[in-house]
Amino acid sequence: MMEKMIFGRYVPGDSILHRMDPRSKLIIVFLFVIVVFIANNVLTYGVLAAYTLIMVSLSRIPLRFLYGGLKPVFFLVIFTFLLHIFMTKEGDVIFELGWLQIYEEGLRQGIFISLRFLLLILITSLLTLTTTPIEITDGLETLLNPLKKLKFPVHELALMMSISLRFIPTLMQETDKIMKAQTARGVEYNSGPIKDRIKAIVPLLIPLFISSFKRAEELAVAMEARGYKGGEGRTKYRLLTWGMPDTMMILFLAAVTVLLIVLRG
Amino acid sequence: MSKPLVRIENVSFSYVGQHTPALKNISFDIFEGEWLAIVGHNGSGKSTLAKLLNGLQFPQQGSIEVCGVTLSEDTVWDVRENVGMVFQNPDNQFVGTTVRDDVAFGLENHGIPRETMVERVQTSLDKVNMGTFLNQEPHHLSGGQKQRVAIAGVLALQPSIIILDEATSMLDPKGRAEVIKTVRELKDRENITVISITHDLEEAAKADRIIVMNKGELYREGTPEEIFEMDEELIKLGLDIPFPVKMSKIMREKGITLTKSYLTEEELVTELWTSHSKM
Repeated sequence: MMEKMIFGRYVPGDSILHRMDPRSKLIIVFLFVIVVFIANNVLTYGVLAAYTLIMVSLSRIPLRFLYGGLKPVFFLVIFTFLLHIFMTKEGDVIFELGWLQIYEEGLRQGIFISLRFLLLILITSLLTLTTTPIEITDGLETLLNPLKKLKFPVHELALMMSISLRFIPTLMQETDKIMKAQTARGVEYNSGPIKDRIKAIVPLLIPLFISSFKRAEELAVAMEARGYKGGEGRTKYRLLTWGMPDTMMILFLAAVTVLLIVLRG
Repeated sequence: MSKPLVRIENVSFSYVGQHTPALKNISFDIFEGEWLAIVGHNGSGKSTLAKLLNGLQFPQQGSIEVCGVTLSEDTVWDVRENVGMVFQNPDNQFVGTTVRDDVAFGLENHGIPRETMVERVQTSLDKVNMGTFLNQEPHHLSGGQKQRVAIAGVLALQPSIIILDEATSMLDPKGRAEVIKTVRELKDRENITVISITHDLEEAAKADRIIVMNKGELYREGTPEEIFEMDEELIKLGLDIPFPVKMSKIMREKGITLTKSYLTEEELVTELWTSHSKM
């Protein structure tokens, strides 16, 4: 299941979306989340779908990969569809089977809202699929930079994010090691009643917590020894470069937005 | 070995809440370009000494002078630029998400301009033979490789002193040999002073000078040859004598005459296979 999940996973590539500045991608996703709500008829939803399809094709991520990865989310989309189709009772009845009645408005709402949901998931997935987590962190840090004036700890937040990202694989390896060690001592993780399996997590979590705290302490000392004294006076090694494609992409979304407003029913 | 680079004078230190002091009235000098090994049993105060040299702790008594600057709260950041430190656990000192980011971390902290950073990241990684690993993530590296990246991170700041605080103790023999070889090369090429804190006497045997610590006191100081003469005394201090030294001693007891006491296995082996049997 975890291997199949596409959400938050990066696929290396060299498409225009991969090469874009994380800042512009973040801005586009943020705008898209708002713009999606402008659509309210077949035409506008068509425009949105077309925009999303263009983006998907620009990312050059294989459709089969995208489809396979989004499968778990489809369940949610279908659930949204069913919820709307049965719960909305407006317009003419178009289908009747015993106590079950489906209204025209229900069908409309069902299709529109699940489509909106699907498009949102696709666009946000494209962001994480074409941008490494550390790039996203960098992008967020620069975008949120003005908030520093309001005493918002932007640098600290970004550092926390990047250190967390850095330690995820390390902690995974450690979890694996502890699991093996505990299995060797007779703890069973994969069999037995649910209650016992949940209990088996305790001897896994406690050593993991203790070692994480130890790691944190050692890391803090190492960082201090390497001259870390907070965000003041720090230079940045990673460079974000805003190029022509970034401006073009934002203008493109702006054009789509204008079109949506015009076509809106 | 010209002028003293570090002067430690009458330094005493105790941790908060502990009755016995970690260091008792220690004084010694560290010279430019030497490899100094500080050995001692657990709790002998050797790691505390390392922390004092980098200003991670301050002595309650006495003074420490590094490259002509007396260590205090005000000078600590300048001193840290001169004194790089590599710690024991390879994972817990790797801050960046990739090799290049980790090396850049120290440079970023010191506000080095980006163009200089890019250049220094590459050259310092080349110096430890990790130049082709720029974009590798830490979990794909071995312990020895991670420690070499840590050394590169220190080198990037162009320090005069590198402190290895048990930097090889968590590595496998291959990783350990890799790291020691790298440090040796650097010391010869860049004239960097190396202070290695260890309880591994095989490692200490490669140093120019050894300081033996015991219960917070400076117990003995001398060349590796002089220190290993102590023999039984070392074992009493909880330290083990390196295998070649032990072997030479046993052979001498058995009546096999060797020209001298050997510190490395290769030297001993060379003497043995070239010597004529007199039995």
